[in-house]
This record gives sequence, structure tokens and C-alpha cells, in this order.
Amino acid sequence: MLDVVKISKTFNPGTINEKRALSELSLHLDDGDFVTVIGGNGAGKSTMLNAIAGVWPVDEGRIVLDGNDITALPEHKRAFLIGRVFQDPMMGTAPNMQLEENLALAKRRGERRGLRWGVTKAEREEYHERLKTLGLGLEDRMTAKVGLLSGGQRQAVTLLMAALRKPKLLLLDEHTAALDPATARKVLELSDSIIQENGLTALMITHNMSDAIRHGNRLIMMNEGHIILDVRGEEKAHLTKRELMEKFSQLSGAQVENDAMLLSK
Amino acid sequence: MAAYFASLNFLKLLRSMPGGVAQGLIWGLMALGLYITFRLLDVADLTVDGSFTTGGAVTVMLILAGWPAWAALLVAVAAGVLAGLVTGLLHTRLGIPAILAGILTQLSLYSINLRIMGMSANKAVSVDKYHLVLTSRNIPGSILTGLIICLVLISFFYWYFGTEQGSAIRATGANAAMCRALGINVDTMKVLGLAISNGIVALSGGLMSQYQGFADINMGRGAIVIGLAAVIIGEVIGHALLGKYMNFYGTLSFVVVGGVLYYLVIVTVLWLKLNSNDLKLFTAVIVGLFLAIPYLRAHRKSSFARLKKGGGTNA
Repeated sequence: MLDVVKISKTFNPGTINEKRALSELSLHLDDGDFVTVIGGNGAGKSTMLNAIAGVWPVDEGRIVLDGNDITALPEHKRAFLIGRVFQDPMMGTAPNMQLEENLALAKRRGERRGLRWGVTKAEREEYHERLKTLGLGLEDRMTAKVGLLSGGQRQAVTLLMAALRKPKLLLLDEHTAALDPATARKVLELSDSIIQENGLTALMITHNMSDAIRHGNRLIMMNEGHIILDVRGEEKAHLTKRELMEKFSQLSGAQVENDAMLLSK
Repeated sequence: MAAYFASLNFLKLLRSMPGGVAQGLIWGLMALGLYITFRLLDVADLTVDGSFTTGGAVTVMLILAGWPAWAALLVAVAAGVLAGLVTGLLHTRLGIPAILAGILTQLSLYSINLRIMGMSANKAVSVDKYHLVLTSRNIPGSILTGLIICLVLISFFYWYFGTEQGSAIRATGANAAMCRALGINVDTMKVLGLAISNGIVALSGGLMSQYQGFADINMGRGAIVIGLAAVIIGEVIGHALLGKYMNFYGTLSFVVVGGVLYYLVIVTVLWLKLNSNDLKLFTAVIVGLFLAIPYLRAHRKSSFARLKKGGGTNA
């Protein structure tokens, strides 16, 4: 499904701010894999997702998704394969456009945008049904400007948008980090159900170790630009937070006493 | 003082109003073009000062060469589209900030416009010799023509910005990062928006040159400020009158109304016998005020200065 082969990325090369963010990182995802990604600040989690999404070109390596070599494709040209939800709830939607207009933009992800009408009647009915499944009452506010919605609502809408046209790969970049705990839990549950119902392959970054253990069928831990731990199936299901922290200190060579250390590393 | 007031003839003001409306409609049309870049793409496009003149110059020269006025206007639109393309490519392909890209195109258009007009700063086209779309000799006819063109354009906007492509242009101005993630080529949308906008601005320049009976190398100077004045005055008044019932149709219509109101103010100022050379200063002050109003209004509700005076909610 997804094959990331030895990709590297150095930011600000040749300057005092030079930072090797990814170093010969390789990753293979099977169809239907739901992988949670953990690691300290600066470990390269977001950088890996951005490399796959094509926010900038990688320095070395290849990225193949669903049989397409997308290494040389700019962001907007690989969007037809990839759905994304960002950390900032403001990033995923256009605030001064209507809810249904936002959904319609996402429905056409990766398609040529011609002179056909932007939102059709049949689509409206589909959106109405889909919004109902969120259980937020948004199906009655389809012509409201998205800017009027709360952060949690906007994040739920962005999730829906990412899956509206079934993506080959769903990238969730700490998409609950900016939400309050209760809303974050709701959005996570929603992510789970959307991924399961559509049988999506997904990568989800989180700062919360319990979430990383509870969700998905596979967990990877990153440090200094590459993957240092990759557990799946039964082994992952029985993983505990304590084990995870021990593994981290062992593998990264750092002393980790608690969750917070891992967060701030 | 008494002599000054005695010299003002109110009937004369009324008589000059229709002409103001006609010219206001033409400026309103130009403001519709500016609306695309200023409000939808969130870019202040300074190309328009040049492309307005280009529209006028191309129209007059082609009419003088024997072209029918409508065909001349079409070529003027094409010339405006080209100018917008240049600004768009300077911005997206060469990484020049949009505002500077517009200034560069505008500056180069000064020379190009002179070339178009055969190196003369002023070219007259007489309604006695040529058939023109509108003219200051027939003000009611000009108002009607201006109104029809504005209505057609507003309908075009309503349709186009409702299509997939138009929605993508609007989304680009609202959230470029989201657009890229949804597979929209943000650069293409910006170039497209700038091209359409300048095409409309050139159309308005072509109409203005026919109305006044000449094209002038300086006719576009300050066009962006006049356009912004129309957009902002229209928005403020539209919101005051329609409130939350303001839709896209309403917004666009009020942009044209803003152009007309702006020009009526100018007519009144001229009637008050202010020196016409002071008009640009006057316009800049008006636009500056209208641009500042939203900021000052918000500032009044929440500012540190208010707390200092003890005006906080707990005081």
C-alpha cells in the first residue's frame, strides 16, 4: 500500500539552523493498517507526514503509494490519494465559506475543477446524511459559515471531508491536540469509526501514549528522524504505558521517568 | 463667505448628478473586478492602475482604426487579462510578493500604454465620427448601458463563483493550505483570479474612455483607491441596510452602488468649487477613513487604552 524507502530531509542546509529532520527513514504500510505514531518533539513525526503529503520535496528516497511513485509529485497533485486532518482546527476548513461548500470542495479532492455547479442537489442530500452520523446537529446548519463552528466541530467536519472521497491513505497530524479532553475523545472515537467503516489505511500522530496504545493495529515510535520501535497485532494490544516508556529510554538512550519527559524530549 | 454660498447653484448640482451616476456605474464595474482580488483572493492588486488605462487606450486606438466599439472592448478585455496574467506569473512563478508584482506590471504598463497610443499622452475619439457604446453626450443612454453591463457582470459572477472553479478561487483566498491538501493548484487559481479581475478592469477603462471621449495616459491613476472606496462604501452601506440578509448578490450589487455613491460625492465636492487637483487627496482620506472604521470599532470595544481610563467591565 504505502512504501516509504530511505527518505531523508534536512532543513536549512548549510546554515547555523541546519536540522536533519528525517534520516533514511523507511516504512511499509499494509492495506488497512491503522498506525499510531509517537515520539518526542523534534523526533520527525510531523516531518514524516509532511513528506508523505508532499508539503516539500524530500532530499533522498522514494515514496510509493498504491502503486504510484509520488516522490516527484507536488502536494496538490498527490492529494487525490491522501486525506488529511491537521493539528490546528482552523487549517482544515475555509471559514468564510458555507459548510456544504467546504464539503463539496473536499468531495472533488484531486479532480479537475471545471465549470459545473459547485454543489449539486444530490450532493446536499448525501452531506445531510453524512453530517447526521457525526451526531453534532450540523446537518441542520449546512449553509452556515464554517467559521461559526467550534474547534471540535470544525475538526469533525475536517475528518468527514478527508474521508468524503475515500483516500488511499489518511494522515492525522495530532488532530486532537488543540481540543479539550472531552472533545478530543469524541473526535478520536469518530476517527476510529470513520477509519473502520471505510476500511482506510491511516497514520495518526499523537502525544498521548494511552491513545497511541488504545487506537490502531500498529504503533511506531520515532526518534531523531527515524523509526526506533514498530509493534503490531497482539504485541501492541497488550502494550502498557510503562513498557512503552521503558522501551523509549532503552532505545533512545535517554532517561524517561514519565509521560511528560517523552512529551518534552 | 456669503458671496461663496450665493455662488452655489443647487439646480446645477442636481443637473450634474446624472452624469455622476453614469461615471459611478463605470467605476462600480471596475470595483467589481477589484472585488475578486481584494476580497476573494485577499490580495491588493496594484496592476489595475495600469490595466484600466490599457483598456481605455486599446479601445480608443481600435475605434480610431475603424473597429466597431464592441469588438474594441473585447480586445481591451483580452489586454487586461494579459496584464493580470503577467502579475500572476510574477507572483506565483518568480516568488515576487503580490503587491510588488502588481507595482511592476503597473509601471511597465505606463510605457506600454504610451506605445499603444502612438507615443501620445492623450487620444480623442469623437462620438460625431464614430459609433460609441456610451458617451457623456447621452447620459440617460449611458446610465442604461452601464446598468445593463453591471447586471450582466453581477450575474456572471454569481454563476462563476458558484462553479467548482470559482469555488476553488474563493477557497484559495480563504485557506490556501486546505486547498493544497484538497488537490487545488493554488498558484493557478491566483493567476486565474488576477487575469479575470484585470480583464474586467480593462473593460471598465474602455467604457470610461468612450464616455469621456478620450483615453489619457493618467486616466487610471488612483484607480485602485477608487475601486477600494467603492467596495468598502458598498459593504458598509449594504450591511447597514440588509444586515444578515446580505448575500453574494447583495454584496456585488452594493459594490456597484458604492461606486455610484463615491462618484456622487465627487460631483458634490466639485460643485462646492474645491480645486479638482485636490480630489486625489480627498479620495485617499475617505478611503483611509472607511478602511479604519472596522479596526477602530473593534478597538473601542476592547483596548488597553479603555482599561487605563477605568472603562473595563469591572470598573
